[in-house]
Amino acid sequence: MLQSLTILLVFQLIGEVMARTLALPVPGPVIGLVLLFAVLIIRGKAPVSLTHTANGLLDYLSLLYVPAGVGIMVNFALIQKEWPAILLTLILSLTLTLIITAFVMRWLIRMLAAKAAQRRVSHG
Amino acid sequence: MGERLTSIWVYLAQTPLLWLTATLIIFQLTNWLYKRAGKPPWLNPVLTAIILIAALLVVTGTPYQAYFDGAQFVHFLLGPATVALAIPLYEQRKTLKRLLMPLLGALLTGSVAAVLTVIAFARLLGVSAPSTLSLVPKSVTSPVAMGIAEKIGGIPSLTAVMVILTGIFGAVAGPSIIDLIGVKEPEVRGFSIGLASHGIGTARAFQIDEVTGAFSGMAMGMNACVTPLIAPVLVSLLHLT
Repeated sequence: MLQSLTILLVFQLIGEVMARTLALPVPGPVIGLVLLFAVLIIRGKAPVSLTHTANGLLDYLSLLYVPAGVGIMVNFALIQKEWPAILLTLILSLTLTLIITAFVMRWLIRMLAAKAAQRRVSHG
Repeated sequence: MGERLTSIWVYLAQTPLLWLTATLIIFQLTNWLYKRAGKPPWLNPVLTAIILIAALLVVTGTPYQAYFDGAQFVHFLLGPATVALAIPLYEQRKTLKRLLMPLLGALLTGSVAAVLTVIAFARLLGVSAPSTLSLVPKSVTSPVAMGIAEKIGGIPSLTAVMVILTGIFGAVAGPSIIDLIGVKEPEVRGFSIGLASHGIGTARAFQIDEVTGAFSGMAMGMNACVTPLIAPVLVSLLHLT
């Protein structure tokens, strides 16, 4: 557990350092995610203890967003003036984004599957 | 007696212990309530915990900074938790490889759609230019979103609010919206939720199942890499700045 948490923190630290030194627009933890994923792929397996710790942390991912969420309270004054229009914009855009992403991905999956099936038929 | 209580309060209010403990207790309470009630979307434990804590801060006259001094220990774990998303992703590597093209296609279309739909609806509904620009990166995880807002002329602190609201709305309504359009594949559901509503949506996706969570986390990470590149371009193409 301690070792796994250290691994996660080390990757986050490397990510933060890379983000700062290379002036990347992506935050350190996301770079850490990509690096750890790459290392796991190269190694070909994930240590059991790391998997346990990661799943333990991710089980409580919801909780981790609570402190930042409470911060809305402080900044709520910023949107008070326009809030109906802003909230409506946000909800409509989010809904459309969800639908468009889901449809495009499903359509691409089905298209590729159909192509693969076609290839099998013509080869067979 | 009253004086004694006041002095205990003054002492506790100065240490991180009180608000850290309060955050943990309230979250477990709202989580229990959510499960007990049969997991109705509107009782989302993040949303109810935020409301309860905010109400408690108002009632006790506690400034957010004092609250955050305690809650920062929870907040800090977001970093390692984000790195930890690599593990479920690694466990899905076979599906990931098989679906690589559809994922990339959905990523590009989805991230462009997230930006363009915000601009379109904001124009339609008469939202002011600074607010519109602050809304543009709303689907991206907050540190990235605030960076984008700064670059395109939005207000980063306003963006932070938008990002959280988007996440909460995605967590509350996202799965139901996808149910409505009849998409059943967990990979597609997860990827759409993560792309549109980042980490808070991903936290919700992990409550559905492992696959939905893994693909949601992946979409969050990928969108955090793509939107900083496309948002400034789209904004300048539309002459918003």
